[in-house]
Amino acid sequence: MKKVSIRALAVVIRSKNAGPYELTFDLIFKDSATYQRVKKSGFFTPELFAELYRVPLADVISFVEFDPANAIKCTIRRPRAAGDVGETDVYGAQQHAPLLDLAVPIDAEVIP
Amino acid sequence: MEEFRVLSPTAILGYGFPLESFARGMEFKPHVIAVDAGSTDPGPYYLGAGVSFTDRQAVKRDLEIMLKAGLEQRIPVIVGSAGGAGADPHLEWCLEIVREIAREAKLHFRMASISAELEKSMLEEALADGRISVLEPGKPLTREELEASVHVVAQMGMEPFIRALEAGADVIIAGRSYDPAVFAALPVSKGFDPGLALHMGKILECAAIAASPGSGSDCMLGILKEAHFCVEPLHPARKCTTSSVAAHTLYEKTNPYLLPGPGGMLDLKDCRFFQETEYRVRVEGSRFIPAPKYTLKLEGAKQVGYRTLSIAGARDPVFIEQLDMIIAGVKERLADNFKDVAPSRYQLLFHIYGRDGVMGELEPTPQITSHEVGIIMEVVAETQELADTILSFARSTMLHYGYPGRISTAGNLAFPYSPSDLKTGPVYQFSVHHLLEVDDPVALFPITWECI
Repeated sequence: MKKVSIRALAVVIRSKNAGPYELTFDLIFKDSATYQRVKKSGFFTPELFAELYRVPLADVISFVEFDPANAIKCTIRRPRAAGDVGETDVYGAQQHAPLLDLAVPIDAEVIP
Repeated sequence: MEEFRVLSPTAILGYGFPLESFARGMEFKPHVIAVDAGSTDPGPYYLGAGVSFTDRQAVKRDLEIMLKAGLEQRIPVIVGSAGGAGADPHLEWCLEIVREIAREAKLHFRMASISAELEKSMLEEALADGRISVLEPGKPLTREELEASVHVVAQMGMEPFIRALEAGADVIIAGRSYDPAVFAALPVSKGFDPGLALHMGKILECAAIAASPGSGSDCMLGILKEAHFCVEPLHPARKCTTSSVAAHTLYEKTNPYLLPGPGGMLDLKDCRFFQETEYRVRVEGSRFIPAPKYTLKLEGAKQVGYRTLSIAGARDPVFIEQLDMIIAGVKERLADNFKDVAPSRYQLLFHIYGRDGVMGELEPTPQITSHEVGIIMEVVAETQELADTILSFARSTMLHYGYPGRISTAGNLAFPYSPSDLKTGPVYQFSVHHLLEVDDPVALFPITWECI
């Protein structure tokens, strides 16, 4: 097993509001083969997102592998509603950054 | 009718589009020009304050092109979520722009305006009757929150548009609307499948964002048939690919397989994407599943105070090292100085850019590693005067705060602006984000007619 930077595997890594109370993360992989390998690795889980964003697992609202788009999507409860006093990112568009430093352990033979 | 074509000029009315893309779209002889004008995404301020987040001049430019083209080819022009938030002041703002264009360009048409703002007395009754339910992960609605709300709107579905179209509207300007409704209403009224029409609307509502390269300020064409639909960008530099279109289905949603909307659910579990031509993507298998009870999504905002803020930077390493202690000291001095002001009447916040300014409590690495930090001091208080007073004291206290080891005794903060204190006025919060059960999907959305 070798760890491969997520930046070499994904073409889109983004965060955005899904309504005022939810923050959603999309990871879209560069092709179907890469996506299938990442999916098979089992690296992405609701637990990973909970740990990365330091939220309780109960705040991970959904975790979906969306084959038509070669995408993994996770939605968490926003710590504060969009635009609340003290909230820092109204669109939720800059909350993806911690995902960019991930390295996914996938089989060395199938490294893209 | 074998085929229904929809032109979506731009992701949000006022975001603009190239004239050549629009002209190319008109060459396809679309049956309707439709645009989504709004969102709750820019936050609660716009709904609460009754103002648009798009610029008037930019909205007028887009609308003028759409109206002239629509009237010339005798096809309807439909705008949903007028003025951004889609309450009555937003709707009226957009209608006034339409009237101005018509006056200046001597255009004549039958215009239907559809209000989406709801009476609070009706909502209070609905709440008492148990017809308002929570939308997870929000909290149940209380009577107090409802009463405190300035504007409450409901997202209308396709039905009010269909009614206005069947009554002969050339132009429809509607308040808050379910984003895909403006694109799907006319084809559905002509017998096309609602699942395909709504899914096509879901892609068209962001115009060319679903193309590659994507853009919110460029046009997209939707072609709806009996068992599938196609989308195609209208600028030669863009292409729709199966992945760009599928990826857009994910956008801003909790779950891409099940997308709830007025009166039912868009089910995309069996949805398939195919590359039809180099530029065009075909989509099959989208289904609409009507809900046993018709519900509408409500949105409301309430005022929570007034804001004053100050932006500063710090470059002194001794100061940066002790920042948290200094902030605690400033808060202590403030509380001591204004003992007669109840702490519940104001909130003082510090945003530290260079540490956790962007992510707040979600930040996994909350240590300062930079040689400089940006500091925003913010006060939200009951009145603008109190916000000004508290912010002014916090700002001057932090500027001159004596901390252990201080050797730079002239001042701790670098202000890029004079005046250093910015009054930003009323502050709002989302107060209603719930579901309302209705018997009739049209009854709450009155249509007003104008012959222009």
